[in-house]
Amino acid sequence: MINYLITGISLGSIYAIIALGYTMVYGIAKMLNFAHGDVIMVGGYMSFCATAYLGWSPFMGILLAIVVCTALGVVVERLAYKPLRNAPALAVLITAIGVSYFLQNAALLLWTSNPKTFTSVVGDGSVQLGTLQIPYVTVVTILVCLIIMIGLTLFTNKTKMGTAMRAVSEDKGAAQLMGINVNTTISITFAIGSGLAAIAGVLLCSAYPMLTPTTGSMPGIKAFTAAVFGGIGSIPGAMLGGILLGIIEIFSKAYISMELSDAIVFAVLIIVLLVKPSGLLGKSVREKV
Amino acid sequence: MKKTLSVLLAGTMLAGVLAGCGNSNTGSDTDAFKIGGTAPLTGGAAIYGNAVKNGAQIAVDEINAMGGIQFNLNMQDDENDPEKAVNAYNKLMDWGMQISLAATTTKPAEAISVNHNEDRIFGLTPSASSVAVTEGKDNVFQMCFTDPGQGTASADYIAEQNLGEKIAIIYKNDDVFSTGIYEKFMAQADVRGLEIVSVTTFTEASQTDFNVQLSEAQKSGADLLFMPIYYQPASLILNQANAMGYAPKFFGVDGMDGILTMKGFDVSLAEGVMLLTPFNADAEDEKTQNFVKKYKEQFGDVPNQFAADAYDCIYAYKQALEAAGATTDMDYEELCDLMMEQFGSMKFDGLTGEGMTWSNGQVSKSPKGMVIQNGAYVGM
Amino acid sequence: MNMIKKLMKTRKDSVIAFSIVIVAYIVMQSLVMTGGLSRSLSGMLVPVCAYIVMAVSLNLTVGILGELSLGHAGFMSVGAFSGIVVTTALADSIPSPMLRLAIAMVVAAVFAAIAGVIVGVPVLRLKGDYLAIVTLAFGEIIRNIVNVLYIGLDDRGLHFSLVKQNFVLNEGGEMIISGPVGVSGIDKISTFTAGFVLILVTLFVILNLINSRHGRAIMAVRDNRIAADSVGVSTNQFKLMAFVISAAFAGMAGTLYAMNYSTVTAAKFDFNMSILVLVFVVLGGLGNIWGSVVAAALLTVLPEFLRAINLNDYRMLIYSILLIAMMLFNNSSIKQRLLERRRVKKDLKAEQRKGVA
Repeated sequence: MINYLITGISLGSIYAIIALGYTMVYGIAKMLNFAHGDVIMVGGYMSFCATAYLGWSPFMGILLAIVVCTALGVVVERLAYKPLRNAPALAVLITAIGVSYFLQNAALLLWTSNPKTFTSVVGDGSVQLGTLQIPYVTVVTILVCLIIMIGLTLFTNKTKMGTAMRAVSEDKGAAQLMGINVNTTISITFAIGSGLAAIAGVLLCSAYPMLTPTTGSMPGIKAFTAAVFGGIGSIPGAMLGGILLGIIEIFSKAYISMELSDAIVFAVLIIVLLVKPSGLLGKSVREKV
Repeated sequence: MKKTLSVLLAGTMLAGVLAGCGNSNTGSDTDAFKIGGTAPLTGGAAIYGNAVKNGAQIAVDEINAMGGIQFNLNMQDDENDPEKAVNAYNKLMDWGMQISLAATTTKPAEAISVNHNEDRIFGLTPSASSVAVTEGKDNVFQMCFTDPGQGTASADYIAEQNLGEKIAIIYKNDDVFSTGIYEKFMAQADVRGLEIVSVTTFTEASQTDFNVQLSEAQKSGADLLFMPIYYQPASLILNQANAMGYAPKFFGVDGMDGILTMKGFDVSLAEGVMLLTPFNADAEDEKTQNFVKKYKEQFGDVPNQFAADAYDCIYAYKQALEAAGATTDMDYEELCDLMMEQFGSMKFDGLTGEGMTWSNGQVSKSPKGMVIQNGAYVGM
Repeated sequence: MNMIKKLMKTRKDSVIAFSIVIVAYIVMQSLVMTGGLSRSLSGMLVPVCAYIVMAVSLNLTVGILGELSLGHAGFMSVGAFSGIVVTTALADSIPSPMLRLAIAMVVAAVFAAIAGVIVGVPVLRLKGDYLAIVTLAFGEIIRNIVNVLYIGLDDRGLHFSLVKQNFVLNEGGEMIISGPVGVSGIDKISTFTAGFVLILVTLFVILNLINSRHGRAIMAVRDNRIAADSVGVSTNQFKLMAFVISAAFAGMAGTLYAMNYSTVTAAKFDFNMSILVLVFVVLGGLGNIWGSVVAAALLTVLPEFLRAINLNDYRMLIYSILLIAMMLFNNSSIKQRLLERRRVKKDLKAEQRKGVA
């Protein structure tokens, strides 16, 4: 029982760290970036290439992944999303899906379809707590999650840039009138979101060390679900949603039905949303008449 | 309204232009047999498709270099989707395909094997292993052995060698290959009196975390874990079992082949893993070594059994075409009759087995029991 | 005269949609008859029809009702598998394939509509992205359940079970759906003509709905729910109606699609399928029915056209770039300007004509 709880938290912490990136971009730019999962995959490959082919240290690998993903995020935003700033939300959604296909197929050409085994950046051991074993990856992931969560909360609440971001998310037009450069702000949001994706990618691959061009897509969808579960746009919500989703997934596998575990996870999500339509920690927005 | 129209027109024009500039390099060689096939070259199953494409290409290059019979190979992407496979098949028929490698993966192969049968074009699939591929189609043959065959053989092997007292199984329940082997394994285990203590599953959407499955197997006291799955999830299972400190005997099927050559995989995790496979990239014989060397040179990876099966397919075609005295000006229906006759009676020696014969489209070759020791296969 | 003009104007969309479909059918059919169509194109006719019906029906939810649905493939799945069960079960009693297909489609529509009600009642209480994710979740649930569904047929009738096959068939019985392995060996009874008829029926029903009182009510709900509520439009009822009709047609499309292949698995009708259809709808223009028809047809054929360039490795990469490029162009200023220029020209002409008169 308690072992399953730990497994659930391990899995959930991975979802959480991916969900943080999703929720960050959604919160500010108000778009569902379906390519987020694929940026994660790129992050994983970057770190892999740095350590396996170039012989760099894992730390340098992470750094390279962050740099490349951040640059990638900004470039994609500039080329594909910025021209659609005033287009309907659905147009942006479809473009994001196009970007997702593009990244997957580009990765397929660059790194072939052969799976790569990722060497964990945090080592394979685990922490002993009495009879409990908690893998290092889980500990590190949760710590990183917490740091990112606190960092992001402080950033958006305390810094000038963060304030600008919140202003943009509330009302782009008014923010522009107040002298905020909306385009730069959104670009920076994407840079941060993609940088987070790189970290998430490295941790995802450390926990589940297999890397293929489609590595990011399923965790991406699950993490998106987690972000909505916790209340999309809410930073603590993403973390809570991710961990809960992981626990629910493991428990339904262990105690209810392995064959139907996916269905159960999604059913719980639906029930939560019906009771609390804006997610666990989401702000409920009053409808203006 | 107008805007949509303009966009769509622009899209079609672009597609048209792209389509127009292509055609030149297909079908230039009239003295070669046009051999086609569909395979997942993109998407989640791309690894199998590319292996088949590369393996077949090596064989074709070798044969063309020998002089004599010439081949012109055309592999089309089917994304592991029956719909796309039918499209790809039709495209190949337009191209003038004379003999076919059918499809690489099971579901696409089931779909287009029906078309093969209707059109009377001969199909020899390297790796689509379900029974439905060949059942009721007299002109579709397999190079790999069937899923049920593997399930039965695995159960027999475990029983004969007395490998395990209590057996746990983890299989992928939305995968035809995995479920097919699992079902036959269960049936044969019953016959052989094997004790199955735990059966757990996973799906495409949940193939990252196996802690629950492994805990269940551990709790039930299983000393042998049967994994009728492909090597990518298997590598994660080995990794997580190791982290849990759970070390049963692991027993895999031919889909496990490839695990040792995964870039970055810690082979010590696979120490002692047993598997039934028709192909072994570490084999000492000249044929295998030559193939592995060429594959590494051209594609940078060690070939797996998919590549080897595809390589064998091309050579089997060569042998059959030569024996039948077929010529390139024959149409596909003529060739189909000749090939059915040849494959019904010939014996073929390839990378994946010696003295292969076919009946009802299914190949008879015996899987070899292998165990991984010091990062290499050793025959059991 | 004026009356007819006015009528023509409101029905212009319908006229365009119907004429595109009918002309395309006649052209394609005559090409098939004369053998002038390549196999790869003629092989795509039925799936194209299925995708057109999917796109048109999704447009009803997304374009007309204004709610983003990411689970449309779920209804297609329900329709596909119920259609398969019906055609297999009736194989002996009804020898005519066309009739069997028609009955299967009706049953599929009923089942998909039931699924639509089950999904729609809770889901339509939500809004925006939350509604989208719940439809996604339902689509995945449907896929997951169909994936573990076992249905067999023997002389005692149909047998169902979930998760494990816990029934034994009598001698001579056959499994219709065997869980994750899906269905193999279906009689391929879908034809291009059947697809064409289904498209006509879909267009007829949906276009009439849009141009009716109910349709205006649905669009009023889309444009301003509160205003619609306040003038006495029962918003929830109309939302549900549109959603269920949309689901029913998706079910029929599912049957048409499934009966065109000899094998089907639940995995085919996943999230990616829902997205694919959504792409058709968005590229064709939200609320623009004939746009959906054209977009579905072109985008299904496009990846196959890309095969011709013989750059297999780059095919899907090019497809994704084209997709992004089309979206960007669709919303770009270049196009705005082009449209602007055309409108100015048109206005000018109209004025000149007025001047002459």
